[in-house]
Amino acid sequence: MSNEVVIKAENVSKLYRLGQVGTGTLSHDLKRWWATARGKEDPYLKVGVENDRTKKSNSDYAWALQDINFNVERGDTLGIIGKNGAGKSTLLKILSRVTTPTKGEIKVRGRIASLLEVGTGFHPELTGKENIYMNGAILGMTKREISSKFDEIVDFAGVELYINTPVKRYSSGMYVRLAFAVAAHLEPEILIVDEVLAVGDAEFQKKCLGKMGDVASHGRTIIFVSHNMQAVQSLCKTALYLKAGRVADVGRTDMVINNYLSREIKNCMERDWNGDNEAPGNEYIKMVAARAIPHVANPNDPITVGTPITMQFEFISYLDKVPIELSLLLFTFAGVCIFNLGAGPLTLEKGKKYKSELQIPGNLLNDDIYTINLLFVKDSSTKIFTIEDLLTFEVVDEAREGSWFGKWPGAIRPILPFTLTQ
Amino acid sequence: MTDKSANYDSENWDIRIAAHRSVVDFNFKELWRYRDLLMMFVKKDIITVYKQTILGPIWFIIQPVLTSFMFFFIFNSIAKISTGTVPSVLFYLIGTTLWSYFSDTLNITSKTFTDNASVFGKVYFPRLILPFSKVVSGLVKFLIQFSLFLAVWLYYVFIEHAVTPNWYILLTPLWLFIIVLLSLAFGIIITSLTTKYRDLIFLIGFGVQLAMYLTPVIIPLDQVSGSKKIFFQINPLTSLFEAFKYGFFGQGSFEPFWLMYSAGFTLVLLIFGIIIFNKVEKRFIDTV
Repeated sequence: MSNEVVIKAENVSKLYRLGQVGTGTLSHDLKRWWATARGKEDPYLKVGVENDRTKKSNSDYAWALQDINFNVERGDTLGIIGKNGAGKSTLLKILSRVTTPTKGEIKVRGRIASLLEVGTGFHPELTGKENIYMNGAILGMTKREISSKFDEIVDFAGVELYINTPVKRYSSGMYVRLAFAVAAHLEPEILIVDEVLAVGDAEFQKKCLGKMGDVASHGRTIIFVSHNMQAVQSLCKTALYLKAGRVADVGRTDMVINNYLSREIKNCMERDWNGDNEAPGNEYIKMVAARAIPHVANPNDPITVGTPITMQFEFISYLDKVPIELSLLLFTFAGVCIFNLGAGPLTLEKGKKYKSELQIPGNLLNDDIYTINLLFVKDSSTKIFTIEDLLTFEVVDEAREGSWFGKWPGAIRPILPFTLTQ
Repeated sequence: MTDKSANYDSENWDIRIAAHRSVVDFNFKELWRYRDLLMMFVKKDIITVYKQTILGPIWFIIQPVLTSFMFFFIFNSIAKISTGTVPSVLFYLIGTTLWSYFSDTLNITSKTFTDNASVFGKVYFPRLILPFSKVVSGLVKFLIQFSLFLAVWLYYVFIEHAVTPNWYILLTPLWLFIIVLLSLAFGIIITSLTTKYRDLIFLIGFGVQLAMYLTPVIIPLDQVSGSKKIFFQINPLTSLFEAFKYGFFGQGSFEPFWLMYSAGFTLVLLIFGIIIFNKVEKRFIDTV
């Protein structure tokens, strides 16, 4: 029984319409209907382009998923990884039966429950107790199943005192805990979990991961989608790596993660648009260049934990006499924000070019892969433009003195005065 | 054994997620399994309407009273449209009560997809559960308004002796049931069409308003002269409303042919509605 396949995906593809959905669909539908009525293939199935957000396409349609094939066995835990836009969410939606594939089929054995969000169907006016029943029923439990688990759920969430209070009076933490508690006590044969673990405090996240591990060890099947490589690594036996809507790799988790890291994470340390129309920007701001310049002796040297880095950003303002501020966020590969720095305010004038520079000293960052998001903020509160993943660079460990060569723990790795005396 | 297990492997799938299902592939068993969810939705509707509003049920009473009064004033006093021998207050009261149930249910179910897009986008359950639950929770309001009607009716029967009910009154649950199904059928068809072609919703709102004048809410069918009568009769609600009143008032019309027509119309429309709803529910989240 252990090798029984419980999920079988065959040539699953999903086509999405780009741009303004809802205009001209009647005419598209009529054309489509006319083509199929004459026994021809749907004309819109051909025009799709590959899902690559960086390229512009002339087609109105794009494949979010193309020819996805995989099997999941009973008791398996499958992690789905991939960059934003690789098709993870689309695959989850299809698995959860929220939408259907354009082509292909997924066959499932057993009951599926999916957690794409915590607290789906929670109503603020209902009490905690009523919401447990409501949410449980939406997730596919019968009233009897919920009743038999009720005390356990309340206990897990730690909200005994407030169980007869409307959830609108709950703190956001309590709300999330209650919602997750219901989900965690589902007992479907197959559980599909999106990055809902990104909520709650660290302790609660740990509890949730532990609970999911328990579920998996009881012979139930889990599909888990996350950006958090650590969570995927610790929870999943196998992993599926999606890239631009296709399966790039599938197999043992550590190998797939390694493959993923080496293929997706390219250092992107210098970007020059030079007035190109493709440059990131909008009606307020247009980027000209972004650079991360490591202070290394030889241009081919890697950035080590000791290397100082200078960051430069150039942009053109289309705003006139408006004070703006810049906000720079540095993220680790796992998506943890290391810092958020502000620059400005500065009053911009229309058509002028502006520069921003940041010095990151050596001996601050630990070895990891870092990405940078840049935010433009108007009047110190309104976001006017955000660029995600503007630059990416890898910081490697340097030759260490001493005898220990394991991974250096910590989000940062500063050198601070720390002495040991008698 | 090997043969058997191979067979099991290739055939025995519980769920198939694919682009096309046949039109008749409709899973009643699954719908039944989610009956608790239906009751939860009904409970939620009732709780959220009544919680924190002491006047909640009172509004339900005020609405038909005011409407009946308006009808009396405009159509009876000014336009001099007779309601036959039935006291006009009683006539209007049952008309508006039935009509408001029909139009409320139609309105709410016709927004099933748009109103619940966020839930539908996150979790799967048989989507028909939602319009079904609206039909049931709408009955609560109907029963409150209907009790008001019953009170007034009892007054006219036993004190004023203005109307005499007959045994056909026992059939009223059946008429009500058909009206319920009819509003549901219209509702799910409309919501299926409007997810993609939004502008239809304006047409529908307008259409429902007009339809009231082709239903014996204000004018009894026997007050409509010969050649125009057919426009009333092809409205499936007409014979149902008439039969409803026939049982309570002992007058009006009770026409088996048109009742059969209404029942058949409802059945066909409901089957069509479920098919189209089923087709749309799989894809709508991509277009909404």
